[in-house]
Amino acid sequence: MKTICLVFQVHQPVQFRKYRFFEIGKNHYYFDDYANDTGMQKLAKKSILPANKILLQLIKSCKERFKVAFLITGITLEQTEIYTPEVIASFQELAKTGNVEFLSGTWSHSLSSLYDKEIFEDQVTRHSRKIIKLFGQKPEVFVNTGMIYSDEIGEQVAALGYKGIITEGARHVLGWKSPDFVYVNVLNPRLKVLMRNFRLCDDLTFRFSNTHWSGFPLTAEKYVDWLQKTDKKDEVINLFVNYETFGTIQPKESGIFDFLKALPPAVLNNPGLSFETPAEAIRNHQPVSAVHVPYPVSWADEERDLSAWLGNELQKEASSKLYALKKQMEANNDTEIETHWNYLQACDHFHYMSTKFFAKQKGYPYWNPYPSPYEAFINFMNILSDFKLRLDANVPKDRHALEIAHLNKKIKEKNALIKKMRTELNRLKKEKKTEKKPGNNSGKKIK
Amino acid sequence: MKYIGSKMKVLMFGWEFPPHISGGLGTACYGLTRGLAHCNDVEVVFVVPKAYGDEDQKSIKLIGANNVVIAEKSFRFDDIQKKIDYWEVKSEIIPYTSPEEFWKLKNKKYRKGSRFIHLDDQGRIEFSGRYDRNLMDEIRKYALVAERIARDPSFDLIHAHDWLTYPAGIAAKKRSGKPLVIHVHATDFDRSGGKVNPQVYAIEREGMEAADHIITVSNLTRNIVTEKYGIHPGKITTVYNAVEPLEIEKIPPVHKGFHEKLVTFLGRITLQKGPEYFMEAANLVLKKTDLVRFVMAGSGDLMDAMVCRAAKLKISDKFFFTGFLQGEDVFQLLRMSDVCVMPSVSEPFGIVPLEAMQTRVPVIISKQSGVSEILTYAIKMDFWDVNALADAIYALIKYPSLSELFRKYGKKEVESLKWQNAANKVREVYLETLGLETEKNGNGKKLKV
Repeated sequence: MKTICLVFQVHQPVQFRKYRFFEIGKNHYYFDDYANDTGMQKLAKKSILPANKILLQLIKSCKERFKVAFLITGITLEQTEIYTPEVIASFQELAKTGNVEFLSGTWSHSLSSLYDKEIFEDQVTRHSRKIIKLFGQKPEVFVNTGMIYSDEIGEQVAALGYKGIITEGARHVLGWKSPDFVYVNVLNPRLKVLMRNFRLCDDLTFRFSNTHWSGFPLTAEKYVDWLQKTDKKDEVINLFVNYETFGTIQPKESGIFDFLKALPPAVLNNPGLSFETPAEAIRNHQPVSAVHVPYPVSWADEERDLSAWLGNELQKEASSKLYALKKQMEANNDTEIETHWNYLQACDHFHYMSTKFFAKQKGYPYWNPYPSPYEAFINFMNILSDFKLRLDANVPKDRHALEIAHLNKKIKEKNALIKKMRTELNRLKKEKKTEKKPGNNSGKKIK
Repeated sequence: MKYIGSKMKVLMFGWEFPPHISGGLGTACYGLTRGLAHCNDVEVVFVVPKAYGDEDQKSIKLIGANNVVIAEKSFRFDDIQKKIDYWEVKSEIIPYTSPEEFWKLKNKKYRKGSRFIHLDDQGRIEFSGRYDRNLMDEIRKYALVAERIARDPSFDLIHAHDWLTYPAGIAAKKRSGKPLVIHVHATDFDRSGGKVNPQVYAIEREGMEAADHIITVSNLTRNIVTEKYGIHPGKITTVYNAVEPLEIEKIPPVHKGFHEKLVTFLGRITLQKGPEYFMEAANLVLKKTDLVRFVMAGSGDLMDAMVCRAAKLKISDKFFFTGFLQGEDVFQLLRMSDVCVMPSVSEPFGIVPLEAMQTRVPVIISKQSGVSEILTYAIKMDFWDVNALADAIYALIKYPSLSELFRKYGKKEVESLKWQNAANKVREVYLETLGLETEKNGNGKKLKV
């Protein structure tokens, strides 16, 4: 029996407007509202709403044997709340069915996992809090920005309380091994690692409507046949697909929605196949081995590494200059600055600075609002420069003041920790007392 | 000895005219024509490849442009009631409008020397007016048109600005037999940084040899013309450029959004302008103080490389790019600036420092610029001397007494540079070329020979 783990990623990049040098220090609004509004409306109308509708029908008609999971980034949730609140309602309706799992990610689709542990933690908790608030679920499985993963990132994710993580089943990591099993993190084996089957995913995202492709036309039956023909011992096939695949990358006219409608019944008609959410898959399957990932992998481009975001000097300079503001950000108490700080972190800004032109020919129409990577860089640095001025005004740049702010924060954290430990201690003391009472063997049950 | 009437009629060929400019050439031509408008005995007809119709909006007048073969546009300066005519052009050489027609025409017999030329459906030659791949073709077409215009016998003299228009000037001279003055704003030795394009060099040399007199914008250029092009120095006169007077109070004061000092590089980002020296100096200054920002305003083929270099030096939070600036933006930037730097590797003149001084900005210029020959209140250094440049920048942003000196006297100095003076010198060159006696003041007096 093979299990299919279907996960959709929903992310709509937030665009900056053309921010000129002359505005630095004078104008603190960075966003292209029109582009963000229309972009969000388009995505909602063309992809999210029709696809959600189909999924809801499927869950009802398949008698709840059909299950999916979503990763919706924090800034996208925030943008939908502003521009397309009906999208949130539609996801909440899906959440109510109980067959839809919401995964945890970084708040702003950021690269913080590569730069700073504390910022990363902030990003993750911010996102999971939002998921709990909107959908009433506590996420158990984590997916990093662009599926970035390494042993260390995995260890940190485990420390944040997650049971599993999904990453790319990159060939240079797996080698001869199949991605269709549950693996574990090397440093902390309690963290299960699910690997994306990129070939089957790319069949949908990139090749579905390609008439030159040998698999064309792709029908649900054919796809189920492929799923079935994977190795006999394979257990979990992880399909992690960009939600834009439906209706945007593959247009409605290509029949992608009909495919989506037909796939789950076709899978469920096959006795050897079933659906599970990532959390279920982790629970129900035994890990087969640890997976060593000393250097970060991602799902981006042919290289499956960080070069899409941090491949050239421009990208490295921009991101390191951004994360260099961390100490000052810690002492910041202005909410608007904090919001903008999060929007600045979105990996899309760095992707626009990519000079890997060949990578773009792969067929994925990655949309870039800037005419050249250099202009993307200039615009970002102008905005960052203004942001820095605001931050300087709000938080003293003076080293001593900063240090004091930093220490204050540490004390606060320690106090919180002491409080937490004290309650824990009290609880344990109580337990001990109850245990001492004669005749009570099941003391552990009492809280 | 003949009497040529009360006015010299000059047929002037340029390549661009404000506001459609990409560099200093258009600005200089505009300034010169304005200056010449003050001389009552000179009348200028200015030809550009492409007239957009919005040149100096309030004073331009279009006359029957649609079906007329030669569209004449008259152009009037507000203050002095004087006309400068504008031409848009046409030629009679075997025109065709489609490939089929070209093939048909090609199979007929023609006189030797006949040329085919593509015309638009209104019977005019199309010009892009830009500096693109078809530049050589445009130059040739422009010469054809010049030849057509020069059939008008009322011109006394032909004046061609820069190599793009030399072929036009030569063609006009051949047709009319009138003397040719060429104005060298730059040579290919300046533009290419040593890697001279032989095709361009040939055109330049041909123009200089065909000319009856040559005007250069500085002695630096004059030397290049004599040394590299082998022209007799007696045929060359230096006439320095000037600047249009600017009332600084008229520009709205600009509030700078940050407290750091601003150091500006204003110009095309090409080899000729030495942007890399500016960047290296910026890096040196930033090691000493972070109370300064740098901005590189302009565009050019080295821009992407410069952006990368700034990222590599890790100074791009202090080093900004604006892209190409035009009109008001230029002065807005200058008003924000505390220092303006022009580290040109080879600059025939260089108008930017003058504009900076007008807005009370201290300037640092390279010794390899023509403008350094006439300026006193500017810090001068060799373009390659990055350390000297860094020193000068540091001094100007750190020591207010020094920068105040440059601000005050620089403004005075630049105010003494007037286009009217330059125009008077040009007028003298005209008279000399025409073999007329030169008068010190051309205002209102009739010319006699």
